[in-house]
Amino acid sequence: MGKTLFEKIWDKHVVKQIEDGPSVVYIDKHFIHEVTSPQAFSGIEKRGAQIFRPKQIVATADHNVPTMQQELPIKDALSKFQVDTLIENCKKHGVELYGLGHKYQGIVHVIGPELGITQPGMTIVCGDSHTSTHGAFGSIAFGIGTSEVEMVFASQCIMQTKPKVMRINIDGALKNGVVSKDIILYIIAQISASGATGYFVEYAGSAIRALSMEARMTICNMSIEMGARGGMIAPDQTTFDYIKGRLFAPQAADWDHKLEEWSQLYTDADAKFDVEINIKAEDIDPMITYGTNPGMGLSVRGTLPTIESFTDATEKQNYEKALAYMGLTAGQSLLGMPVQNVFIGSCTNSRIEDFRLVASIIKGKQKDPNIKTLVVPGSQEVAKQIKAEGLDKIFAAAGVEIRQAGCSACLGMNEDKIPAGEYCISTSNRNFEGRQGAGARTLLASPLTAAAALLTGKITDIRDILN
Amino acid sequence: MQSLQKITSRFIPLRIENVDTDQIIPARFLKATTKDGFGKNLFRDWRYENDDETIPKADFVLNQQQYSGAILVAAKNFGCGSSREHAAWSIQDYGFKVVVSSFFADIFKNNALNNGVLPVTVSDAFLQQIFAQGANDTLSVDLEAQTITIDATGAEERFDINAYKKTCMLNGYDDIDYLLNMKPEIEAFEKK
Repeated sequence: MGKTLFEKIWDKHVVKQIEDGPSVVYIDKHFIHEVTSPQAFSGIEKRGAQIFRPKQIVATADHNVPTMQQELPIKDALSKFQVDTLIENCKKHGVELYGLGHKYQGIVHVIGPELGITQPGMTIVCGDSHTSTHGAFGSIAFGIGTSEVEMVFASQCIMQTKPKVMRINIDGALKNGVVSKDIILYIIAQISASGATGYFVEYAGSAIRALSMEARMTICNMSIEMGARGGMIAPDQTTFDYIKGRLFAPQAADWDHKLEEWSQLYTDADAKFDVEINIKAEDIDPMITYGTNPGMGLSVRGTLPTIESFTDATEKQNYEKALAYMGLTAGQSLLGMPVQNVFIGSCTNSRIEDFRLVASIIKGKQKDPNIKTLVVPGSQEVAKQIKAEGLDKIFAAAGVEIRQAGCSACLGMNEDKIPAGEYCISTSNRNFEGRQGAGARTLLASPLTAAAALLTGKITDIRDILN
Repeated sequence: MQSLQKITSRFIPLRIENVDTDQIIPARFLKATTKDGFGKNLFRDWRYENDDETIPKADFVLNQQQYSGAILVAAKNFGCGSSREHAAWSIQDYGFKVVVSSFFADIFKNNALNNGVLPVTVSDAFLQQIFAQGANDTLSVDLEAQTITIDATGAEERFDINAYKKTCMLNGYDDIDYLLNMKPEIEAFEKK
């Protein structure tokens, strides 16, 4: 029997299978950042151990950095100490750091791909659940805890139980105004926030093949929001074209050799998945979430479920709790509802293509005067590209300020927070209670839907603007 | 890592589904560079009004004095969201040794196991039986036998844990010791 893409890469990286236990899996690339690494560094030091393969680690500062005046010392003392600790740890242990002020600094899941560090067939981990992003290149990439960061420091390996495999096929053509963020929000709404727990997901089908690398990253990024261990897409010409010529991409003869190797990375026709799901691309509308987990999403033209539609008492109670937090009513429509904030950014949607999408909608227009914005590129490189393409002028003319690279209001660790009780249309990945600030009410959507709200001040069907 | 063999304790019932790690420990507490002292901020925004420790929310179970114990029982999909191990550190530091749910998110489950907190997955029906117990009733968890018992009724269910992790937990071993001893094998693998 043939192998799935996941199995081909996994099998090649198993150093040892522990009897009745997990596999010891070799890790090719390890990304680290300031928030989930300090305890791993101190852990390894306490053991008197060394970092086994420092050259396979790349560090950046992203979660806890300001997105304004990055050239000045960080004001918050705890944040400063954490970022300084990363600098010190990287220096001490010989780890490459693209820290604040470095031209390659940015959100870890944005810089890995754009520098060509992320490549097909690799195993990649990071102490961050959105590491699944890198799966867009046909790699096995997943988030880990700090004890596991320490494991990889110590041995370049990790203990993992082999997950089951799921394939989600999306075939057909997307409707006008529908982008990859809508695909993944649709999938999560269909199968729930825990629907893929225990699985590694491969996304396939003609609608996936038609997507750019940026768009594929958005989909793989949110795999964790349905509980999946990770998500991946088989590499193809789109992947190879994206990687070629990037800073750390293979060069010359090495490129040809790698290309041959990468061309073998696909699921065999007779491979078996534990679960397979088929979705028609034309069924997907622009999506928006209404609740407090990413599975609570619907078409922007839809209505919230009624209370009576829940039969299970705990589920009903949870739905009512979410409605109370969000200040919404069962059965209502969201279209036309005023919002106060728009956040464009995060490892889900802060790449150059996302800024192009938003610019295409707001060009020559003014933002709604009541809308407050946080618009944050994913990396210094993205910021540079925004300027090179003149997109910064389009944003400025619309009255929208572009900030400096970082995770920002996706998780509100720095000062970029949404005020309590206010609504925020957000291109990020989580609408959990308090995620964007205590009491903040997050509505997840695509960059296009965010751009529409930017102009109207309301939840808007982007197709009403496009048509 | 602390070892765990058997425990009998009262429990705290958290009848909430999809408890994400942002609720367990909000991001603003992730600025620390050590693993210490996270317990006081466990479920911070569900526990206190306006982030004020002097105003506990009466409707939150950790603030209800009739409930106590070293076992947390939660509704399905516990620990979803961010990979932050700070969530496991918070639960451990607060004093929990076991978390029971009908479904755990993957990363949280690993993080808990790596910190000596035992995640016990039970059936939906058994979870409902636990939730039906009173505040003074106890649960017994026996890791060696892989069983959880509702002591008042004698109802018992077996739970899964892989043999390797079970040995680690029973003895307080951690994965890093194991991996450090594997260095020659890992070096040989790299040369392949």
